[in-house]
Amino acid sequence: MAQYKLQINGRSYQADVEPDTPLLWVLRDHLGLVGTKYGCGIAQCGACTVHVNGEATRSCVYPVSAVASSKVVTIEGLSEKGNHPVQLAWEEVDVAQCGYCQAGQVMAAAALLKKNPKPTTAEIDATMSNNICRCGTYHRIREAVKLASTKTS
Amino acid sequence: MIMSTTQTNTSRRNFLKLAALGSGGLFLGFNWVGSAEAAPALLNSSAAAAIDFNSYLSIAADGLITIYSPNPEIGQNIKTSFPMIVAEELDADWTKIKIVQAVLDNKKYERQVTGGSGAVPHSWKRLRQAGATARQMLKEAAAAKWKVPVSELTTNNAVVLHAASNRKATYGELATDASKLPIPTEVKLKDRKDFKLIGKAIKNVDNKDILTGKPLFGLDFYREGMLFAMIQRPKAFGMKVKSVDAAAAKAMPGIVDVVTFKNNVAVVGKSTWQVKKAKDALKIEYEKDKELESSSDHDKIFQELLKSDKATVRRKDGDVEAAFKNAAKVVKSEYQCPFLPHSPLEPMNFFAHVREDGVELVGPTQTPDRAREATAKLLNIPADKITVQMTRMGGAFGRRLMADYVVEAAEVSSLVKAPVKVIWTREDDMTGGNYRPAVRYRFEAALDAQGNMIGYKLRGVGINSGNPTREHNFPSGAVDNLLIDSVEHESPISTAPWRAPITNFLAFAEQSFLDEVAQAAGKDPVQFRLALLDKAKKTPVGDIKYDIDRMKGVIQLAVEKAGWGKKKGVIQGFSVYFSHASYVAQVGEVAMVKGKPVLKKIYAAGDCGIVVNLSGARQQMMGGIVDGLGHAMYGNLTFKNGTPEQNNFNSYRLIRLNEVPEIEVHFVDNGIDPTGLGEPALPPTGGAVANAIFKATGKRLRNQPFIEQEPFKGVS
Repeated sequence: MAQYKLQINGRSYQADVEPDTPLLWVLRDHLGLVGTKYGCGIAQCGACTVHVNGEATRSCVYPVSAVASSKVVTIEGLSEKGNHPVQLAWEEVDVAQCGYCQAGQVMAAAALLKKNPKPTTAEIDATMSNNICRCGTYHRIREAVKLASTKTS
Repeated sequence: MIMSTTQTNTSRRNFLKLAALGSGGLFLGFNWVGSAEAAPALLNSSAAAAIDFNSYLSIAADGLITIYSPNPEIGQNIKTSFPMIVAEELDADWTKIKIVQAVLDNKKYERQVTGGSGAVPHSWKRLRQAGATARQMLKEAAAAKWKVPVSELTTNNAVVLHAASNRKATYGELATDASKLPIPTEVKLKDRKDFKLIGKAIKNVDNKDILTGKPLFGLDFYREGMLFAMIQRPKAFGMKVKSVDAAAAKAMPGIVDVVTFKNNVAVVGKSTWQVKKAKDALKIEYEKDKELESSSDHDKIFQELLKSDKATVRRKDGDVEAAFKNAAKVVKSEYQCPFLPHSPLEPMNFFAHVREDGVELVGPTQTPDRAREATAKLLNIPADKITVQMTRMGGAFGRRLMADYVVEAAEVSSLVKAPVKVIWTREDDMTGGNYRPAVRYRFEAALDAQGNMIGYKLRGVGINSGNPTREHNFPSGAVDNLLIDSVEHESPISTAPWRAPITNFLAFAEQSFLDEVAQAAGKDPVQFRLALLDKAKKTPVGDIKYDIDRMKGVIQLAVEKAGWGKKKGVIQGFSVYFSHASYVAQVGEVAMVKGKPVLKKIYAAGDCGIVVNLSGARQQMMGGIVDGLGHAMYGNLTFKNGTPEQNNFNSYRLIRLNEVPEIEVHFVDNGIDPTGLGEPALPPTGGAVANAIFKATGKRLRNQPFIEQEPFKGVS
């Protein structure tokens, strides 16, 4: 066990965990940030996507010991009031079915738009195909990313 | 703003702020006690006491209307569509309603089940009456207050109006008086033309919570003092535990206990990661208990069962043997599908706290009642000692109709005498059984000289499949001489309902076979089906359990929207299926690109009667099609000596965003009372796609997954 000081959503947190503990489980079990989801544990589905220094990162395979002073953003911290353009677009398009994968989808889309504010359909497809939606909301995901890209300045 | 919450606030975790640091503040862990911060939705709730009008709704004096949604939310959007129906008849203001997921309560509700696409048809009238009854009582209260006839009153957006005297009162102002009135035995329901909500595209009431990461799901549930558990189940179906060496696991940090029950070894500890690592450190010896079956064994078993003389006859019309003897042409084909795991993205999990005085169960379940009954049986206690709180489900697809994972949680809690959440890893979930059964079908059709189908035979064989046929479905009723029978093999590999049970594959096989028969008869596949339906209408044979006109209705709508037979440059395939009381026809559209078939588009026409929520209905149609396509294309769980050969999404392929074609959805508008849509769009998809692929390439897809068959074999 070791003490880790983590910068998450603009706040400092402290966790006493083993170094190999994935960031996902530190967030969920130790810091109470359960918006980030477990889906596969092997970086295949993207449900656990968070931002580490702005990069979309699979927290299920990212050990807490590797986080160091990196700035982590989770779905809870993506915006103050749930009003990030991607969150608003997701609501407007009514994307979610069960909703379990959507935090990861939103985080993946937000990271894409930060780097590439006006992605082409092919670019959207390339990025968003990394995340699984078992309910099959893919058409609305694509539509919502496009809509969000018109909302980001 | 719609507020949505669960009935208790115990699932909300509360965080303890210990010290401030810099501009943000330092958060050190959290405590587990519920508080206002932990339940933000409750902060917005009414300060006034809510007055219950019935099991579905209450109105507070300050006007806040609360609607209770009794059925488990799986992603089918029931938590939005049920309250819409109540609010419609109540004439409430949809933007000012609080929606609450009710807990299991057999006294208040009759069917708290998610399955069989049955919720809306079961509850349609009940929900309308609940809303209309309360609206009637509110009008009567206003009539008494103003001394005017009830017939002169109207309602709008939670206000009762008397136009003649220009008086109005809010539902909140009338709620107390109204609640004291006798409950009317008969109420008038709205005319469909007066619907304001039903039929509109209404957004998911949980969107905000989903998109901001609120704890909604079973896996998100935490409780003070709760322990985490993972279970090592036998690694092969047919194995049993011989010995357990848990010494290393027990010595690992955070591990509280290791307990063995019924061939399961549960590791119990203080965090998910710690119990996962300790579970991996268990040393368990297994021994053979039953046959250790491989997929190659199943292929042989299917061939034996197809020859078996012990099949159960499911339906017999006319004289099949004579029809085949007299046939001008006989068509014969076999179709096979593999086992499939359900793969909901939220793996199985459940919280259980077995105490001296009762049991608390919290988690994702499609059948809370079955979960409670099974737990009562396990612990040998009365069911009324057990409470069940339903969390939102991260998918389920039939898997959470089973109670195994709930009972396990109760068993672990009773063994360690503590509140426990049992968590399945993805690998546990995929290798833990309760699969869609593997099935093989043999179809035979006898055609006369004019190409009419005069005889039809179907033998369904499956591994723990039960009856893998739907003997009263189309084309039964349209063929004079017909025999449908089945035989199953009992296997240690456990099976369960999987979204659109049986028809999820049967429809593909049947609709592909009918395509083969139409081709052999030299007829257009759509005209061939329509002619069969006309025959069933004019000279029905035996029981017909589907509505012929509604089936023709979706066929005609799909064909019209797809431009069937009129398009150049694309190749189309057709399929139609009736399941779970709804009708869906689909046209798959393929283009040849560099000599390879590419699925471009699927047109779908559905008849579920009145569409309750257009947004949710379109979601279920599109999601069902994507699900049907994805599993037909890629889904394949194989076995080697009783062990599944795939255990996670790196070896088991799920469809992804760049693999879905364009989908165009249409609904038949006939005003019939609504039926469900959670399943009916899935069954026809495989056939619509495979029939288009055949027309484009001459390659007939008879086995799933398609990716392992020509013309897809070797294509990534």
